[in-house]
Amino acid sequence: MVEVSATPERRSSARGWVIYAVLGVFVLVYPFMRFQVGPLQVDFTFPYTRHLFILIFLYALTAQAWNILAGYCGQVSFGHVAYFGIGAYTSSMLLMNFHLTPWIGMLAGGLAAIALALVVGIPTFRLTGHYFAIATLAIAETVQTIFMNWNAAGEAKGLWLPVMKDSWLNFQWKSKLPYYYIALALLCLVYLATYWMERSKLGFYFRAIRDDAVATSSLGVDILTYKLVALSMSAFFSALAGSFYAQYVLFIDPFSVFQLQHSVLVVLLATFGGVGTYWGPIVGTAILIPVSEFVRIRFGGTGGAEDLIVYGVLIVLIAALEPAGIVGIYRKHIRPRLFRREGMIDVHDMGQAAVD
Amino acid sequence: MAFFQPEIFFQIVISAVLVGLIYAVIAAGLSLIFGLMEIVNFAHGEIFMWAMYSTFWLFTLLSVDPLLSIPINIVALGIFGVLVYRGVIRRALGGPMLAQMVITFGLATFLRGLAQKLFSPDFRMVPHPFVEGRVELFGISLGLPQAVAGVGALIAFLLLWAFITRTETGLCLQATAQDKQAAALMGIDTERMYALGWAIGLACLGVAGALMANYYYVFPMVGLLFGNISYIAVALGGFGSIPGALVAGIILSLVEHVAGWFVPPLKYAAVYMIYIVIVVLRPQGLFGRS
Repeated sequence: MVEVSATPERRSSARGWVIYAVLGVFVLVYPFMRFQVGPLQVDFTFPYTRHLFILIFLYALTAQAWNILAGYCGQVSFGHVAYFGIGAYTSSMLLMNFHLTPWIGMLAGGLAAIALALVVGIPTFRLTGHYFAIATLAIAETVQTIFMNWNAAGEAKGLWLPVMKDSWLNFQWKSKLPYYYIALALLCLVYLATYWMERSKLGFYFRAIRDDAVATSSLGVDILTYKLVALSMSAFFSALAGSFYAQYVLFIDPFSVFQLQHSVLVVLLATFGGVGTYWGPIVGTAILIPVSEFVRIRFGGTGGAEDLIVYGVLIVLIAALEPAGIVGIYRKHIRPRLFRREGMIDVHDMGQAAVD
Repeated sequence: MAFFQPEIFFQIVISAVLVGLIYAVIAAGLSLIFGLMEIVNFAHGEIFMWAMYSTFWLFTLLSVDPLLSIPINIVALGIFGVLVYRGVIRRALGGPMLAQMVITFGLATFLRGLAQKLFSPDFRMVPHPFVEGRVELFGISLGLPQAVAGVGALIAFLLLWAFITRTETGLCLQATAQDKQAAALMGIDTERMYALGWAIGLACLGVAGALMANYYYVFPMVGLLFGNISYIAVALGGFGSIPGALVAGIILSLVEHVAGWFVPPLKYAAVYMIYIVIVVLRPQGLFGRS
């Protein structure tokens, strides 16, 4: 029997809350921060510094959406961009044809993505492992081809969303500030949903399916239904990100919103941070996106793809040295030194079984 | 829908089979690697792109004809295969499936970025290879480079097949694929077989890349299309099955070309859909072991 020492745990969890609170306050006030440290002038009120965080929130949102299906439920998808694109196109087409506010369009996009998820999921969940992964890739490419040839969706030319007055109803602003908080809110939404899922029966079913689908099925769990639930959740949040992207950029075309590279990027971000872990997608995004932006600005601007080179090297390194990602490194090497906890089980650790 | 004309139809079928044979060689390399160690090399398309660049630069800088670059490509890509296996892939062997996928994705991203950095995103082509022009055969007009590429791919495929089924080393490869531990107990150096599998798998790309660069554009993104087709061909044929790669490569190419005749913009959608339909009906692929 392992003796559970109460004091360090209480202290560490209090410390945890302090870290969350500091991070929370930081992201809330970040777009207004402007101060001077010695000779260094720090100013985050520029549109670009805000844009960088919007990118991080958006990618972390899609990475976590992918993580729900692939990390927790073990169904590796390489075609998640299909749901992102469906979200972008649904809200944009509803706005342009029916003048429907993008807020409702966003919801409709999420529902359309769930519909696609069910249509796609029922046949393809018969497949496992690599066969499933390649099927998702094939479906995403098919959806891209359809949109490239669909007249009402602007074919390969894409859609230019009308520029409208700044308002909440129109989901358009000249400033980046509202976009910043909306992206942050969407990210919080997917994290709350994941938090709830992790602790509910659903999360246990997902992890059981991932770890041993046959055993789970023999215990009476209807695995097809639960895989569909995981895919629907995942598709819904990916689509929200897509609608947000459409409103933020105001231009979508099949090449940008159904880009295969984007599916791969989402996989890389989540895996870099730690697949099947709660914080992995945010950690991976918060590291890789600024790195890629920095490399692009520092060396790039000539189409030289230096950011891709750095990305590739980082991904190969992390997958070769520590498949559990940055969160895995933290758990194995950093946390044991920071907090000495024995016999404590962290609910987040249960997501770890697949990668250990 | 276009009016059905038999001569055009035969023309399309012959062209499709010629391209399908190249798909088959690309997919066979992928399938061989998968059969050995259950890893899908998602950098396959990018390595193919590098093989095409190798042929292109040999021609541009040293005036080596694309067809003569085949043996050079085989050696170069074979060595590269061993390096990739030893340097990168081996580290992910014991890891989870996702880590193995991601490591090859990382490699693909790196290779594509590097090609774009070094060679720029321009489309390039070998201007006047030794084999060019067209031939007439039974009323069917074929590009000579395409015909040579198809025949060359067929020869490469048959040589690969003969190597795997007729030579002792080939049988050792098969034994390792079937049961690594049993093979090791029989005195087969499975570690060497893995490296050899990567060498042969990428050497296939060397051949296919040289044949393709004889008449097709070379650019950093060219690997995406050929990569996708090869993943689908391997899954359709059944992971690890070499004959499956041949049949699937030709089926996919036929679907692509026939669909491209009737509804040009949707030809790749047809390719992807045929994969989904067949695999949903037969989840282990056409020739796969379930």
